[in-house]
Amino acid sequence: MTSLKFPIFMDYHSTTPVDRRVLDEMIPYFTEKFGNAASRNHAFGWSAEEAVDQARERVAKLIGAQSEKEIVFTSGASESNNLALKGVAEFYKEKGNHIITTVIEHKAVLDTCKRLESEGFEVTYLPIEADGRVSVEKVANAITDKTILVSVMLANNEIGTVQPLAEIGKITRERGVLLHTDAVQGVGKTAFDVQAMNVDLASITAHKMYGPKGVGALYVRRQKPRVRIAAQMDGGGHERGMRSGTLNVPGIVGFGKACEIMTNEGVEEAKKLLALRERLRTRLMSELDEVHVNGSMEHRLAGNLNVSFAFVEGEAMMMAIKDVAVSSGSACTSASLEPSYVLRALGVGDELAHSSIRFGLGRFTTEAEVDYVAELVIRKVRHLRDMSPLYEMHKEGIDLTKVEWAHH
Amino acid sequence: MAYSDKVIQHTENPKNVGTLDKEDPNVGTGLVGAPACGDVMRLQIKVGDGGVIEDAKFKTFGCGSAIASSSLATEWLRGKTLDQAEAIKNSDIVEELDLPPVKIHCSVLAEDAIKSAIADYRQKQGKKQADNKA
Ligand SMILES: Cc1ncc(COP(=O)(O)O)c(C=O)c1O
Repeated sequence: MTSLKFPIFMDYHSTTPVDRRVLDEMIPYFTEKFGNAASRNHAFGWSAEEAVDQARERVAKLIGAQSEKEIVFTSGASESNNLALKGVAEFYKEKGNHIITTVIEHKAVLDTCKRLESEGFEVTYLPIEADGRVSVEKVANAITDKTILVSVMLANNEIGTVQPLAEIGKITRERGVLLHTDAVQGVGKTAFDVQAMNVDLASITAHKMYGPKGVGALYVRRQKPRVRIAAQMDGGGHERGMRSGTLNVPGIVGFGKACEIMTNEGVEEAKKLLALRERLRTRLMSELDEVHVNGSMEHRLAGNLNVSFAFVEGEAMMMAIKDVAVSSGSACTSASLEPSYVLRALGVGDELAHSSIRFGLGRFTTEAEVDYVAELVIRKVRHLRDMSPLYEMHKEGIDLTKVEWAHH
Repeated sequence: MAYSDKVIQHTENPKNVGTLDKEDPNVGTGLVGAPACGDVMRLQIKVGDGGVIEDAKFKTFGCGSAIASSSLATEWLRGKTLDQAEAIKNSDIVEELDLPPVKIHCSVLAEDAIKSAIADYRQKQGKKQADNKA
């Protein structure tokens, strides 16, 4: 039996540890090979540039890009999303002012859209269906002759649902509209190929795939069609003028290595994660009643389990299992006192949104950890339900939806 | 969010979790909050002959601070007269548990639960007296 190390990390959607192999490749680029990749006239610059080029190829390969020239390095996916949306909006504003996205996108997309709205763009926020996916038909119907861009994420960071991107790509290509995807959570973990899916722009980030924080990329298609964006950061004209700023060479090197590992091991890893995730899910659901999975089971990231333990509040649950790092869509875990907008959009009801726990499994999750967490969660849910007036009422056969609650 | 030691103690070892018979005329029940808001407290008091609270129980659906607020309330209620119990303020709970500003609503809910349990008890007693007179 392997001994467990505490706390146990089951929050791989929030971030991931840097893989040792990634770190090893990065280290020389902090010290001996510290050159500026833009220094064209000496060996320090050349070795930095060479390393960046190799990383660019590795990133391109992972996502199926045709050329490494289609990769623009950024500080992370928030920046990539901003650059994609604002860059396209600014460049194509003569062509149209309409953008289509979904209500469950990351804030880096939604808030960027809000800003574009304040600047005169029109944004359609499509709802999601009960399984947590956007309807392809609704995307198709939302396109008008003013539409310049559709932005739909590859996989959702809370409920792990994988969107029908290939189908959407077919439509956007046919209708001559650009397609951007926030691929952060899905890349390397579920099938993703910018060629096969007709994706024109894609945001990714290293720290969700065992690379370092603070480095990411925007894929910008160069052929069929050639996509143009207006730079949002002015300066030395790095990254083909699309993103100025001295490149974070060690970070980029790490990002490249992380992509290479994903290219080689991603499929196997997803299989392993699926088995572990199912082990966790079946244990929880066979031992406890009233456990609800949020979002599609079929179209879901292997490492994601988002469940609501009815009658138990999420933050209390997190406190009760404080040796295990997970996250919750409960309002109490956010500053806003509103439950997760993703769960709301899913239509699970605020009660269940408050009771949700997201388990994120990843590369270093072990079977022993899963077994420990399952046992602990089962025990704590029972304990908290013994304390819950709602569970007692439920057991007495009272329909909680019929009770007149004093909303405050 | 970091919790105060007292909140952690109360959530790990809550005092007086349980259910009193809500049909008992000497028991007052307060049920406040709403599932959709993420917290529901049920607080019950059992009042002895001298008008002193001899037992108090709670069950709470809510975050750690809500559980701690109701657990603390039941501790404070035991041995108090109804008038003393009514004088408990949410700010007393905030102070005792060191609740941060975002958790003040938990203490407000606990105060509401106390008031509502007392009101329920008084209403039952009033009804009992009316029944006796009739
Ligand atoms: C779906 C999604 N998009 C964007 C981001 C932002 O990425 P970054 O932290 O690199 O800015 C995240 C992570 O927080 C995410 O989960």
